[in-house]
Amino acid sequence: MELERGTFLYEAWTARWSLLEGLMVTISSSVMTIIIGTVLGFAVGLVLTYGMLPFRILARLYVDIMRGIPVLVLILFTYYGLAILKIGVKPYWAGVIALSLFCISHVAENVRGAVQSIPQGQHEAGMAIGMRFFQRLRYIILPQAVRRALPPWVNTALEIVKGTTLLSVIGVVELLLANQQAIARNYMILQFYMAATIVYIIINFSIAQAAAALERRYAYLRY
Amino acid sequence: MVLLSARDIHKKYDETEVLKGIDLDIEQGQVVALIGASGSGKTTFLRCINLLEEYHQGRIELEGESIGYSANGRRRKLGERQISAQRAKIGMVFQSFNLFPHMTAEANVMLGLTKVRGMSNAEAQERARHWLDRVGLADRRQHYPYQLSGGQQQRVAIARAVAMEPRLMLFDEVTSALDPELVAEVLAVMQDLAKSGMTMVVVSHEMLFVRDVATRVVFMDGGLVAQSGTPDEVLHNPQTERLRSFLGRFHGIFGPV
Ligand SMILES: Nc1ncnc2c1ncn2[C@@H]1O[C@H](COP(=O)(O)OP(=O)(O)O)[C@@H](O)[C@H]1O
Ligand SMILES: [Mg+2]
Repeated sequence: MELERGTFLYEAWTARWSLLEGLMVTISSSVMTIIIGTVLGFAVGLVLTYGMLPFRILARLYVDIMRGIPVLVLILFTYYGLAILKIGVKPYWAGVIALSLFCISHVAENVRGAVQSIPQGQHEAGMAIGMRFFQRLRYIILPQAVRRALPPWVNTALEIVKGTTLLSVIGVVELLLANQQAIARNYMILQFYMAATIVYIIINFSIAQAAAALERRYAYLRY
Repeated sequence: MVLLSARDIHKKYDETEVLKGIDLDIEQGQVVALIGASGSGKTTFLRCINLLEEYHQGRIELEGESIGYSANGRRRKLGERQISAQRAKIGMVFQSFNLFPHMTAEANVMLGLTKVRGMSNAEAQERARHWLDRVGLADRRQHYPYQLSGGQQQRVAIARAVAMEPRLMLFDEVTSALDPELVAEVLAVMQDLAKSGMTMVVVSHEMLFVRDVATRVVFMDGGLVAQSGTPDEVLHNPQTERLRSFLGRFHGIFGPV
């Protein structure tokens, strides 16, 4: 296929490597953040629910503060804060750290809500057959709570993918900034933003579909 | 032989005392029916026995072993490991079934056997099948709780408790949440258990069941044991006005002739 100079496809083809790289940065920072945020958020969520009082208060403080700060501010704060403290991290990592801090707080709150929504009778039924706290958690409470936490978890994951666009302000060349750089060369504003938008929609649609499939997989568990 | 003895059990919620010094001895093999008006403390007492509630005074012993609190010296709550081990010796069935909704009937029964009793899967499964069979649910082993009727769920809950081979079984109004036509199947299972020699404490408003199955009836009133004796003594010769009026609610089946 011959591509004519000056068409969108031509310009996109010219910029393909930097766009692809931007896409990879978006995906890798999202995945990294979601994994860190889910694992640590899960732990913080349990502390929030069952932790000893001082730890619970600390966790509560953390969650409330993180959820109250605009993500952009969190990103700038982390990036420049670390720089001021002379901790040298690349913008990419500063961004992943900031998004993770945000993600942890949301996952923690989701997990707490899901765990507390399991009726006390489930704990008591476990106690009555002699199960200990961690056994009850592992075999009775969490299997039910995880299924309830899935829908809000998907929301959080989608927020994170969208949130990676904010990393552009600290110079991380993710998908949005890669597009902006292409636009700076060819002024095809509408076309490139549209293309970027479609890619974000595809990513998030895929995540939502994967989660929906997971939910269907367990749909037989109606309770 | 005395299996369980409760001495002077006092329990407060905040400032209100709801158990005001319960004394009760339960003999091996007895079926004790706990009756009494709503709010008289029946549920609270059962929950104290199984350590689901803490109580601030009194002592409960199971086969001579102090339950929940250290026997000598300062009164101190036992550790989680000890308490869990003690709870495993006492089975409890709840009004609201409390089956694990994410597990099949069989898995519900197996969970305690594998995780608490340390049985292999095969052993546990065999025992679960035996008990589901015994409560008449051989063909419902692979069903999830939501696929079962209330009566069937409650029978699974009984199988789950009994399969642990407890020394004592506690039943708290286990038929109260059931449609009337499902009550009989659950009572039949309990009667079968009673016949097999299981020691049971049964809170129930099913007076015909109490009369026919209980070996002893205990009337609770205002957080105390007000009268206790054979079904005949308690149901037909109430010693207090409170008991007379309580029994009077059951369509005049009982009470003085
Ligand atoms: N968790 C609780 N907090 C405060 N009061 C309670 C609680 N549970 C029960 N009570 C009170 O204790 C009393 C005894 O309740 P309960 O043992 O449930 O009686 P019963 O089972 O005989 O109906 C009632 O007055 C009830 O309101
Ligand atoms: Mg009650």
